[in-house]
Amino acid sequence: MKKVIYTLMTTIFLGMVFMSFHKEPASASAVSTKPATTSPGLPAPGADKAASQKAFLAVYKVLMSPRCMNCHPSGDAPLQGDDSHPHAQNVQRGAEGKGVYALKCTNCHQPQNTPGENMPPGNPKWSLPPADMKMVFQGRTPRQLAAQLLDPKLNGGRTKQQLIDHVTSDTLVLWGWHPGDGRTTPPLNHAEFARQFKRWIDKGAYLPDK
Amino acid sequence: MVKLTVNQKEYQVDASPDMPLLWVLRDVLGLTGTKFGCGMALCGACTVHLNGEAVRSCVTLLERAAGQQITTIEGLSADNSHPLQKAWIQADVPQCGYCQSGQIMSAAVLLRENPHPTDKDIDDAMTGNICRCGTYPRIRKAIHLAAQLQEGGAQ
Repeated sequence: MKKVIYTLMTTIFLGMVFMSFHKEPASASAVSTKPATTSPGLPAPGADKAASQKAFLAVYKVLMSPRCMNCHPSGDAPLQGDDSHPHAQNVQRGAEGKGVYALKCTNCHQPQNTPGENMPPGNPKWSLPPADMKMVFQGRTPRQLAAQLLDPKLNGGRTKQQLIDHVTSDTLVLWGWHPGDGRTTPPLNHAEFARQFKRWIDKGAYLPDK
Repeated sequence: MVKLTVNQKEYQVDASPDMPLLWVLRDVLGLTGTKFGCGMALCGACTVHLNGEAVRSCVTLLERAAGQQITTIEGLSADNSHPLQKAWIQADVPQCGYCQSGQIMSAAVLLRENPHPTDKDIDDAMTGNICRCGTYPRIRKAIHLAAQLQEGGAQ
């Protein structure tokens, strides 16, 4: 009888341990408003809150640079220039993020950069995020932006792996490092940016404290 | 040689693929209704339709237009019967006239996508077309008039 009880208790204990290790860290499991560390459960193997937060702060500097933020505005007009002023000509986002009427993005923005300073930059996918998923960068704190990026309801339904793939190989993201004449590039090179983004996720996708 | 369809007519153009479409239209095909303003996609004088969209032909390369449908002011209608052309004449919109073909080509996209535009809709659609004579009040009036003509069938 003792042996049976002992075996039963051991099985329950091992089961609990097993289940606890299969929970993801809080920040990795979605919804934005919850801080990374408030959810119960042990972090995934390799999780490192400090390293994850530090990596995101490096990512944040890139996302808030004009080449990235200018097309992730808080309003419905894209931004221009290193001072991120509202786009000339009263350009509007439109429902699909492609402009409106005679002022659609690709009416001026070509599949490639037009050579010369102050000429329209270009990319085949030139657009803003759509009106129903604005993915605002402008004005977001690091914590707010990290939470927003992780929330599938706000990030276009992307998983963490899809987020990594997006920042690593999307042609419009890559444009930020080939922005055409007279435009500054983000503060990290693209390879380092993608590396820091992946590190943020791999180390647990923790939200910064602020 | 690049194949181009302009105003429903096919052309074989002997020009570099990186030549701006505006150059091809004006200097190669002789369609001079479309104007050169700034050359930087800022003023709208060079607006033509590429597959129905109001592109700036000064920065649109010939290679982007190859095999596509181009419409210029000369092809908007066969006999100046487009509601916008009628309204423009009736409201006596142009002063110097230089920007007007671009204005009309932009307005045509607005009316196609929004047959009953408000003043704000007109602002949102037309702010990228600059008129140094300041004919904006008459442009707005003519677009409202064209919307009425379009609804009743061009008369």
